[in-house]
Amino acid sequence: MSDIKVDAVLDITNEVCPMTFVKTKLKLETMEPGQHLEVVLCDGEPLRNVPRSLKEEGHKIVGTKKEGNRFHLIVEKGM
Amino acid sequence: MNFTEEQINRYSRHIILPEVGGKGQQKISNGKVLIIGAGGLGAPAALYLAAGGVGTIGIADGDEVDLTNLQRQIIHHTPDVGRPKVISAREKIQQINPDVNVITYQTRVDSRNILEIMKDYDVVMDGTDNFAAKFLINDAAVMAGKPLIHGGILRFVGQIFTIVPGETACYRCVFLSPPPPNAVPTCKEAGVLGAIAGQIGVLQAIEALKLIIGIGKPLKNRLLTYDALKLKWREIGLKKNPDCPLCGENPKIRSLIDYEQTVCELK
Repeated sequence: MSDIKVDAVLDITNEVCPMTFVKTKLKLETMEPGQHLEVVLCDGEPLRNVPRSLKEEGHKIVGTKKEGNRFHLIVEKGM
Repeated sequence: MNFTEEQINRYSRHIILPEVGGKGQQKISNGKVLIIGAGGLGAPAALYLAAGGVGTIGIADGDEVDLTNLQRQIIHHTPDVGRPKVISAREKIQQINPDVNVITYQTRVDSRNILEIMKDYDVVMDGTDNFAAKFLINDAAVMAGKPLIHGGILRFVGQIFTIVPGETACYRCVFLSPPPPNAVPTCKEAGVLGAIAGQIGVLQAIEALKLIIGIGKPLKNRLLTYDALKLKWREIGLKKNPDCPLCGENPKIRSLIDYEQTVCELK
């Protein structure tokens, strides 16, 4: 995932459902289609729900990376 | 978009909706809805529009809260009896959501004041209980080019449709002129199941939100009627009437009319 240019980073490790997705969605709304957002999130509920909700809204998960108990998702904004 | 943390929390269930999102919620926050009549229909509509974050809510009503109102006008509470409805409504709206800017018009709308009251709003909602007001509001909305959500209730039935001036049938396209005084009983004479007001008023609020956000299919050229006893909805297709005296090809109505109301309605 190192070859993908990240346009913005969002840390939602302090949020709980549904704010994890709400914050991610609001951030993506400020970006252009095709741009990449790196989302830092916790294992468990956020990792189960946030990627699924993002895909439902037409965004793509183009990379994931585990770092300790945190995950980094690279999200490509859909149309 | 400039939401505070509190607003993001408050509106999170809206923002999650794919059709709304932060952009839609921003449109709601920028939205201006005028509710004419803080009664059975206006009460539930005002509460939901306020809770949903509509930025500016105008409320026009000249009446004071009466004990007989409380059976259906759920924005008014028992201690409000005797107080102006617009003041009672404003208090409840601000308690639900301090984000809302409430503008009150403690007056009965008439041909002299209605266009001035309407002019700053995006959407108008008819929450009145008499034909004189309904025709006046329709005519003013068409003249001012303001989308209007019509609603009406009596006994166990209700109806609703959305009027977009120039594009859809207006109230006069369907009902040319008010019925003669006393031909149709008022709620006071005929009664109304209180919850019907909630049913139709909340639908009007939903229509207002759809128009503000610009989503879905508003009730344009579609009259929806509701019969609570049978629990049946019926949709009646409407179309613009070329002979409509207001918005037809040769309009005869060029100025607003104050129809007489029956004595009973005026108390």
